[in-house]
Amino acid sequence: MPVHKVIVDVLLKPEILDPQGQAVANALPSLGFAAPVSVRIGKHVEVEVDTDTPDDALQQVGKMAEVLLANPVIEDFRVRLA
Amino acid sequence: MRIGVVTFPGSLDDRDAQRAVRLAGGKAVALWHGDADLQGVDAVVLPGGFSYGDYLRAGAIARFAPAMGSVVDAAKGGMPVLGICNGFQVLCESHLLPGALTRNQHLHFVNRDQRLRVASTATSWTADLPDEITIPVKNGEGSFVADEKTLDALEAEGRVVAYYVGGNPNGSLRDIAGITNERGNVVGVMPHPEHAVEDLTGPGTDGLGFFTSVLKAVLSTA
Repeated sequence: MPVHKVIVDVLLKPEILDPQGQAVANALPSLGFAAPVSVRIGKHVEVEVDTDTPDDALQQVGKMAEVLLANPVIEDFRVRLA
Repeated sequence: MRIGVVTFPGSLDDRDAQRAVRLAGGKAVALWHGDADLQGVDAVVLPGGFSYGDYLRAGAIARFAPAMGSVVDAAKGGMPVLGICNGFQVLCESHLLPGALTRNQHLHFVNRDQRLRVASTATSWTADLPDEITIPVKNGEGSFVADEKTLDALEAEGRVVAYYVGGNPNGSLRDIAGITNERGNVVGVMPHPEHAVEDLTGPGTDGLGFFTSVLKAVLSTA
């Protein structure tokens, strides 16, 4: 079976405060950058799986994201093929 | 009364929790994360620390430990379970308690003695507590969050067990320091009652009430 690389992007839901993003947003102007409107920081996860088809890979990793990689109470995630 | 304390890789406060159980008059039973056998304990404490290095999210990996499978089943059957700090995070990740604990709003790790207003004594772990207590708080990811509907329900149903007073240490919504489930047998608190059980080593003995409460709760259902 071929190896497929699947990417999971996990981000705090829009209504959840992101203090890391805010700290970075506040730091940027002191480095001479224009103040950004907002900065949100999340996680980028790359998972390689051995499956028959790319769709199977997406489905398998999507399930992993649902159960473990993201916490649906505070985070949204998106799954895509690399 | 046998009170189990689960040790995960990265637990820090398991010995303190065992000691608190003994000082309250119970028998502390060391439980291992990799063992699903709860050894017939009457209640369980999930201690503070950094289980599995807090990788991914605090409490996210601990939730899948064999011991946690048994704890979740036992909790659903009514066994008293207390999660302290990292243990609270594990209870939320296990969906035994609603909401989640996120990075402190100001990003700093906080370690100080904290005043709490006890808002519910109708749980297995808080029946003995007075209106106000002071116990240490020490966390980096202790900011309690949940959607408005959940927060409203928690407050309306009397399921907030304690509020921060004299300053919110981590940005928790509505100053919530601890909550319980519908049945009142599962309690999660971010501050550390097990560090306030002797005058010599803590801000007082206000934390002892959590452990004497559960001993009485177990006795009354036995």
